[in-house]
Amino acid sequence: MKSLAVLASRVRFEEKRIFGALERRSVRYTHLDTRQLAARLGGPPGDGLEFDAALCREISQSRGFYACLLLEARGTRTVNRAEVIGACGDKARTSLLLQAAGLPTPRTALALTPSAGLAAAEQLGFPVVAKPLTGSWGRLVTVLRDRQEASAVLEHRAALAAPQQHIVYLQELVDKPGRDIRVLVAGDEVIGATYRYSEDWRTGVARGGRSEPCPLSGELSELAMGAARAVGGGFLGIDLVEGPDGLQVLEVNHTPEFRGFSDAHGEAIDVADIIVTHLLDAA
Amino acid sequence: MTLTCPECEGAVDLAQPPRLSEITSCPECSLELEVISLEPLALAAAPEIEEDWGE
Repeated sequence: MKSLAVLASRVRFEEKRIFGALERRSVRYTHLDTRQLAARLGGPPGDGLEFDAALCREISQSRGFYACLLLEARGTRTVNRAEVIGACGDKARTSLLLQAAGLPTPRTALALTPSAGLAAAEQLGFPVVAKPLTGSWGRLVTVLRDRQEASAVLEHRAALAAPQQHIVYLQELVDKPGRDIRVLVAGDEVIGATYRYSEDWRTGVARGGRSEPCPLSGELSELAMGAARAVGGGFLGIDLVEGPDGLQVLEVNHTPEFRGFSDAHGEAIDVADIIVTHLLDAA
Repeated sequence: MTLTCPECEGAVDLAQPPRLSEITSCPECSLELEVISLEPLALAAAPEIEEDWGE
């Protein structure tokens, strides 16, 4: 019998379904709350942290990353690996990997200080979108329509204490049809896709949007799988937009939520069960 | 299973089986709540969103 762990400090719709899928298969697992996790590096044996595989559903990227590093050092197969969490959890790193893989992605610039951000925005051409390197659900993502707006936002960024907030990630504003596309991938399998609609220009479901099934075209599957492989693979949520020149990959999520996806697809696709299969394959 | 909201004393129903660290919200005051203990079953205000939270 394999020894499995699920890392999660916040048990939401998704984690409850994953626990349920493990229990339906009579798979024994340990739910590890990362807020309680402390371990000596490398041992000692028998401290309760020996697992064949661990599924990281931790909402805090920092805790998830270090928890996976700790477990991987002990020989645990993690889904997703710390390296993948690190790549997806930093938008600049994700964009560089997507570009290196030759995938279509919006024009992007990185300025290493807020003051250098203004010239970078002008070079990219207004309107541009300023995103924090870390974070989800469109939080703190802003459209800068002109030099005046850019100056104001960059001045606020300069006033923030965290050095990472002074790195300015800018992207062209893609003219999209009021929706984006979320594709879920597990290993070599493209699970399915949804359109995400919203009144807000940030179309993620977390911003009050709704999801509908999206047909999986060959191009969509290929781009999603390419993006998943570019960041190192695993169970991933790939966000794409339909731009004037075709599909573009926006970002890759390492701990994707799937409530909107499940609402859209109903019982036709059991995402939690597919994740469990992927975890068992990794173990 | 019905519990009492620690903020407003409203009635909070939990789906079965309750899970440790499960998130729910109070239907009366909308406060987000976390299951902090299973035996005895207990709720507390859930942690506020942090900068590195996400998907």
